[in-house]
Amino acid sequence: MAEEVSRKPYVREMTYRWIFRHPRYMRYMAREFSCIFIGAWTLMMVWGLKQLAEGRASWDAFLEMLRSPWSIAFHALVLGFSLYHTFTWFNLTPKALPVQVGEAFVPDVVIAGAHYVAWAMLSLVLLKLSGAF
Amino acid sequence: MSERLVELEVLRYNPETDSEPHFQRYSVACREEWVVLDALNQVKENIDATLSYRWSCHMAVCGSCGMMINGEPKLACKSFVRDYDGVIRVEPLAHFPIERDLVTVIDDFMDKLARVRPYLIPKQEKPVSEGEYRQTPAELKKYKQYSMCINCMLCYAACPEYGLIPKYIGPAAIALAHRYNQDSRDGGRDQRQEEIAATEGAWECSFVGACSEVCPEHVDPAGAIQQVKIKSTVDWYTEHLMPWLKK
Repeated sequence: MAEEVSRKPYVREMTYRWIFRHPRYMRYMAREFSCIFIGAWTLMMVWGLKQLAEGRASWDAFLEMLRSPWSIAFHALVLGFSLYHTFTWFNLTPKALPVQVGEAFVPDVVIAGAHYVAWAMLSLVLLKLSGAF
Repeated sequence: MSERLVELEVLRYNPETDSEPHFQRYSVACREEWVVLDALNQVKENIDATLSYRWSCHMAVCGSCGMMINGEPKLACKSFVRDYDGVIRVEPLAHFPIERDLVTVIDDFMDKLARVRPYLIPKQEKPVSEGEYRQTPAELKKYKQYSMCINCMLCYAACPEYGLIPKYIGPAAIALAHRYNQDSRDGGRDQRQEEIAATEGAWECSFVGACSEVCPEHVDPAGAIQQVKIKSTVDWYTEHLMPWLKK
C-alpha cells in the first residue's frame, strides 16, 4: 500500500534583483527607462508652444533658456536615450513583422533596414521643411 | 578518459522536513563530455539517492530537465559541464513553486497550455475517406518554427512578466496558439483569441525578449507574441472601423 505523500510546494518571492540576474534585463530596463527622457523632452516642447502663444517676449526667453548649458546637457542626454530607444526597437521589428515571399522569409536586415531608411527620409523631409538646408 | 572534479551546488527542499530550501554541495568526478544532467545522475546513483529532479530523453527533445544553471534557465541535458568554471549552481526553474529539490509544480503552465487549445481545429471536419488536409511547403514554413516547442518552460523562467504577474498566459502557450493560428488547415483562431488577445495574454508582454534568448529550440516566442499583438490590433480596428470587412 502506497504511503501518503504530503505536498507543501515552496513559493519563492520575486524581488527587484531579477533586473541584475543577466545583462539582458538591464538592457531591457534601459530601453524602457529611455522613454522617460523622451517624455520629458515632449513636455518641454508643449511648454515651448505655450510660451509661443504668450507672445514674443516669452518665446525669446524660452529660446534663451534652450541655449543654456543645462539645456544643452539635457538635450545631449535625451538624444542619447532617443537613439538607444530607436535602435533597440528598430532592431526588434523583424520579429514583429516577418514577411514571407514564397517559401522564404525576407532577411531580418532588410526589414530593420527599411525602418532605418524610412527614418532617414522622414528626418530629411522634416529638416527641409524647417529650413535647415 | 579525462576526468575533472566539479563542485555542484544544488538547491534542496524536502517538503516533509524543510521550512525553506537550502543549498547542498557535491563534489562530482565528471568526464569531459558530460552534461550537467550526467553530473546529477552521478550524484543520484553514487552519492545521494534522495536528490529529486526530472529528466527523460537526455537529448533535448522531451523538455523535462529544465533548471536554473548558474542563474540561467537551461536544459541540464544540453549544458556541458566543461563550459562552466568553478562551482556550478543548480536550482529549480525560476517562477515556479518547488515541489521537491529541483522538481517544480507545473500545473499552472499545463492549465494555460490547455486553455489556448494547442491542436488543429479544422475549418471543416471531413471524413477520412476524403483524404488528408493538404498543405504546401510555403504554408508549412509559415508556422514550422513555432511547432518546435518542447514545453520545457525555460521561457517562463526567463520571463520577468510571468514572475511578477502569474496570471500572464506566458511565452510558450502564446507561441503554440500562434503556431495553430498560422496553420492553413486550422479554423480555431476565434476560440484561441479569447485567451491570447486578452490583457492576460499577449498584452501583458512588454517585449523583454528573454524567452527567445533562452529557448533551446529557437522557437522565438517573443516574435510570436508581437505578431499576435499586431493581428489583434488589426482585428480591433476591422471590427470597430470597418465592420463590413468582418465575415
